[in-house]
Amino acid sequence: MKKKDPELLLFHAPLLRQGMTTPRAMRDVIYALLPATGAALWFFGLSAILVIGACIAGAIAAEVLFASRENRGESLHDATGVLTGLLLGLTLPPGLPMWMAFLGGFVAISLGKVIWGGLGHNLFNPALLGRAFLLATFPIAMTSWVTGGNGEFFNVYPSNLALPFMQSNIDGVTAATPLGLMKFDQEVTPLADLAFGKTTGSLGETSGLLLLLGGIYLWLRRDLDWRIPVSILLTVAIFSGCLSLVDAERFPSPLFSVFSGGLMLGAIYMATDPVTSPVTPRGAWIFGIGVGVLVMLIRVFGGLPEGVMYAILLMNAATPLIDRYTQPRVFGRKAKSQ
Amino acid sequence: MKSLRLLRRSFEHGVHPAHHKNQTENLPIQRVPFGKDYIMPLGQHIGVPSKAVVEAGERVRRGQVIAEPGGFVSAALHSPVTGTIREVGNFRGVDGRFAPAIAIEADAYSTQQVEPDPAMDWQSLSLEDFIAAVQMAGIVGMGGAAFPSHVKLSVPEGVTIRHLLVNGAECEPYLTNDHRLMLERPEALLEGAEIMRQKLGAQDTIIGIEANKPDAIDIVNRHINPDQPVRVVPLKVKYPQGAEKMMIKSVFGKEVPAGQLPRDVEVNVNNVGTIVAIADYFLRGMPLIERVVTVAGPGVTYPANLIVPLGTPVRDVVRFCGGLKGGTREIIMGGPMMGRPIASLDVPVLKGCSGVLVFTEEQTARRKEYPCIRCGRCLEACPYFLNPSRFARLARARMFDEMKAYHVFDCVECGCCTFACPSDIPIVQLIRTAKDDLTHRKEPDA
Repeated sequence: MKKKDPELLLFHAPLLRQGMTTPRAMRDVIYALLPATGAALWFFGLSAILVIGACIAGAIAAEVLFASRENRGESLHDATGVLTGLLLGLTLPPGLPMWMAFLGGFVAISLGKVIWGGLGHNLFNPALLGRAFLLATFPIAMTSWVTGGNGEFFNVYPSNLALPFMQSNIDGVTAATPLGLMKFDQEVTPLADLAFGKTTGSLGETSGLLLLLGGIYLWLRRDLDWRIPVSILLTVAIFSGCLSLVDAERFPSPLFSVFSGGLMLGAIYMATDPVTSPVTPRGAWIFGIGVGVLVMLIRVFGGLPEGVMYAILLMNAATPLIDRYTQPRVFGRKAKSQ
Repeated sequence: MKSLRLLRRSFEHGVHPAHHKNQTENLPIQRVPFGKDYIMPLGQHIGVPSKAVVEAGERVRRGQVIAEPGGFVSAALHSPVTGTIREVGNFRGVDGRFAPAIAIEADAYSTQQVEPDPAMDWQSLSLEDFIAAVQMAGIVGMGGAAFPSHVKLSVPEGVTIRHLLVNGAECEPYLTNDHRLMLERPEALLEGAEIMRQKLGAQDTIIGIEANKPDAIDIVNRHINPDQPVRVVPLKVKYPQGAEKMMIKSVFGKEVPAGQLPRDVEVNVNNVGTIVAIADYFLRGMPLIERVVTVAGPGVTYPANLIVPLGTPVRDVVRFCGGLKGGTREIIMGGPMMGRPIASLDVPVLKGCSGVLVFTEEQTARRKEYPCIRCGRCLEACPYFLNPSRFARLARARMFDEMKAYHVFDCVECGCCTFACPSDIPIVQLIRTAKDDLTHRKEPDA
């Protein structure tokens, strides 16, 4: 008797795939952030773990709580919850009470992602939305910076352990960030300290070089639209270069502008969030230049020392519009046929 | 130095799938022994199906016309074997649907040798007679689309063809049938190209070959008659280099305007297999009754390049190759990027069938689909600069008319977008659904 034929599937071509998957792309970003996270640990000790851990816990709690019953736990596989929590944690001051960080992570996922329809549907970067929420809700805690502990690993800021609603001020030694020093006191932090991270600031934003390293990794893995960080950093450098030519006393040098504050973190990891940035190459340039200009406008003319968060959120809002007007010319058609 | 410059010459965007060609690229073309049952579907080319001119019980000779063209965009069919017409009726086609076909039973113990028709004096044929001859030879585009070749030759008044472009890109992974044909029959390729070029009145012939086939480039170059205006252009290895509009862009730097044909930029493109079929008909009197098929993929025991009589069931082809390995999940007719899955091993090999590819679990595992994260990889892959992610979104919302406004009909369904998508969204499949709806739906009565 002849052998039975195998049951044939009828999946449509193409059967081949590039091999990159969305969860892998998300995990790549987490790996890229590991050096900077390690630096946060080095400079701020256990506090870094507490704050970042609380953020991730809050993010995951929201993912699980708001998932439909059949998908419970499913959304954790794509690693975006962990990534959002990690990104948010890296933008927070080291001395922030853990419950605030947890709340921030929760809000980032629930209001930043789930309410829009989940992964891929949100207009704003979830981590930055969480941070904006925290800044609006706890303005003092969010702007109280402590100086880095310099390798004292078991260093925990007492305010980290504050109970909910019991204490809103961060005690201990607080200090101004390099941008604050520059803006309000015209005091320049040495560039080497900025590049390596020996400064005051959010957990992850202090070490510019390690953030850059992760960015290069992402670029090599083709997980990142290089146009966005390049255009942001170039715009900021050129903008501040022009200003410092006018008045070198009042305005910082281009390198200071690029390495200070959350610019590196924002430009490489936040602005490049594919969901909330334009898909077209021309759109990426416009988006990046827009972020760069807004950052400098806020830093120089605004009331705040730092403006990366608002700059990116504002350009997030403009993304659908940018996409609409920067569609590439279709092969074999005239430019204006979209 | 010049060839180095040309090596870089390419179209923009596209993707780089792994070639998987090493399985068969060094295997010489063999002939599949004749079997018993042959099925010739009447609609195996694009256009109007052919009209059967034989009846059940009739004796046919190998190469005899069994169906005439059903219209202008149609071609003749010939019996692939000497034997008896078993039935003219409906048989399952590649897509699983019943369609008219002619079933032929080959003579048992026959050597299947026939006296070929004498070579034609093609030089003295008028253009009209030449075009009619190509149609009656049953020659269609053998790269996969199976578009009747004589239609491309019939250029309207006022349009001139300056270049004949021979497509030897073979950009689909796994397939090596064109590669082998160029290696083993370069004379026939150049003869066929010369016939086409003279009949078209083209100034020169350009043979485009992807740079991953240096041996083919070399051999074809060595066979070129220096008196004839022929040259080989090596092309960058990139999918879909063999899509005719992309190849024109690569070779001439010109874009064929949307909705127009290569002839509108004075080029005529033909696949290597088609050109060889032209030579075989006009110089050796053999109509299109067989073709070279690559049998490959992880699920086939002995991969091969085979001359297969048209109408041979895939079952016989696979059996000749040692049968299927365990774990076979899907068989694709054509290439893995644009080919069609077959529902049964009884499906016959058709004129446009460049490969029979057998895939296993690894290629057919259902991957989890994630939401679109707007990463833009599909936009960077699309050689037509369309926005595939937007098409997928609109197709899911059944907003087909919007898709039309965004030029969904410019899409050639090359599959680059689906290949590149990290979220495993079946983008090109959704686009096909939308096109199908737009083409076939009937507007409700007002």
